[in-house]
Amino acid sequence: MHFLNNPLLMRQVIMDHYEHPRNKRVLDHPLAQSIHMDTSGCIDDIHVHVLVKDNVLEALTFDGVACTISTASTSIMTELLTGKTIEEARLIIENYVNMIYEKPYDASVLGEAVVFMYTYKQASRIKCATLGWTGLQQLLKKES
Amino acid sequence: MNVERLRLDFPILQLHDPKQKVVYFDNAATSLKPLAVVDAMRDYYVYYPANPGRGEYDLAYRASQAVDAARENVANLLSTTPDTIVFTSGTTMGINLVADAFVRKHLTAGDEILITEAEHAANVLPWYQLQERYGLKVTIIELDDEQKLTRDLLEKNATPRSKFLAFSDVSNVLGTKTDTTSIVKWAHDHGMYVLVDAAQSVPHFETNVIQLDVDFLVFSGHKLCGPTGIGVLYAKRAHLDRMDPYTMGGGMSLKYAKDFSIRFAPVPEKFEAGTQPIAEIIGLSAAINYVRAIGFDAIHAHEMALRRYAIQALKKIPFVKLYNEHADTGIITFNLDGVFPQDAATHYNAHGIAIRSGQHCARNLVHYLGTDGTLRWSCYFYNTFEEVDAFIEATKQGKEFLDAFFK
Repeated sequence: MHFLNNPLLMRQVIMDHYEHPRNKRVLDHPLAQSIHMDTSGCIDDIHVHVLVKDNVLEALTFDGVACTISTASTSIMTELLTGKTIEEARLIIENYVNMIYEKPYDASVLGEAVVFMYTYKQASRIKCATLGWTGLQQLLKKES
Repeated sequence: MNVERLRLDFPILQLHDPKQKVVYFDNAATSLKPLAVVDAMRDYYVYYPANPGRGEYDLAYRASQAVDAARENVANLLSTTPDTIVFTSGTTMGINLVADAFVRKHLTAGDEILITEAEHAANVLPWYQLQERYGLKVTIIELDDEQKLTRDLLEKNATPRSKFLAFSDVSNVLGTKTDTTSIVKWAHDHGMYVLVDAAQSVPHFETNVIQLDVDFLVFSGHKLCGPTGIGVLYAKRAHLDRMDPYTMGGGMSLKYAKDFSIRFAPVPEKFEAGTQPIAEIIGLSAAINYVRAIGFDAIHAHEMALRRYAIQALKKIPFVKLYNEHADTGIITFNLDGVFPQDAATHYNAHGIAIRSGQHCARNLVHYLGTDGTLRWSCYFYNTFEEVDAFIEATKQGKEFLDAFFK
């Protein structure tokens, strides 16, 4: 069992990242890439910014307005993936998405992101839990 | 009005299994449908599913009669005549139709269209498009503390170039009822045509288009216990006669030939190309009968009683912020301090309560409210005080909204 597999701890982690989001800023760098993620159905409206240098995610940030689940999942993502190579980042994203959609996944690479393991029970929140992650996935597609 | 007896007409309100039971407070989005409406539509599909119009056989005649009777029923609801009633797919199409077939044709570049900042997207974007494509100018009237369009605001914003005014009789976010008669009179006196978006008022108030003297009025069937996909455009007959058709096709021409000449059918058929949603028209007519039998005065009185009861309880919860405490309809817009509206709506859902969150399609209102999104509670005649109690209980636990995520 994962160290965080305890609803009380999970809630604390989500609330902490919602109330004190990490890396929440615009990335002011000429080589930074950004993507705008919003939906017509809800208020979530964020930008994800990434700076890739020598195949490494040197900086990863986000800004905008979003619900608890979107904000916390994106905040956790920025902490988890900063400093990773593109290949490592892709692998982690793949495992995260598998977890959200109830497919087999490796929890050992997901760090705090496992707090979203129950998202499948709330189908309406899947979009929230994947908003930032999908944005980064699309940004990384542009990298070779 | 006997609420418990009326609730028997809605099978969804008879579900008692906690997993299925729903407390429905999203009536401003759409209403529940009574069996009378579903049965009327089923009867059409089962017993006379023919295309009205030129059919010479009995079934087609019967379908034709049903559509004519429905149009008369709608006309009766609005205190007008059937030749002023055009069936549309809903409020949205009604406004688009007027924008394209009347405003675009009769206004000239530089003329102004006035709307308010509280309008629903359906009453904003068609006008934006006219501005972008045809050089008409859209003026967005900012609201004051009264939370609705007033003659003062209109006077402040109108200019000699103002030619068209479009506003909602009841705002779908603020829930305020406009003094439409007086607004229409002022606008007419100053050379404007007026369209009223009555999507949120026709289901709850007696509506008399002749007394209002409005040029155009639109609403949807589905907020009035009717089916989706059907709505109504009322327009003064003289306007309809001056309008071009909006869609071209079967059923709206009397004659056309290879020399490209067309002679259009008279109004209102001129605006109803193609096979109409017959079952929906019949369902709308059944819905009108159902709601009128209850009576709008009784409906409004019940909604206001529920509203006062809910407001009184909400005011006792310290972290509830109310945005329209003094509105005069069954719409309450609020937030739970520190809880993102979508998170709160998920929390209500976990308690079996349907409440909407977001901007409610009125994105120009964000600045006025000073928040990115809100929660909206909206009631109808079948809601009960016990349901309000359940809503208040869930609200008190609102800070524990993440419970929903770990259930």
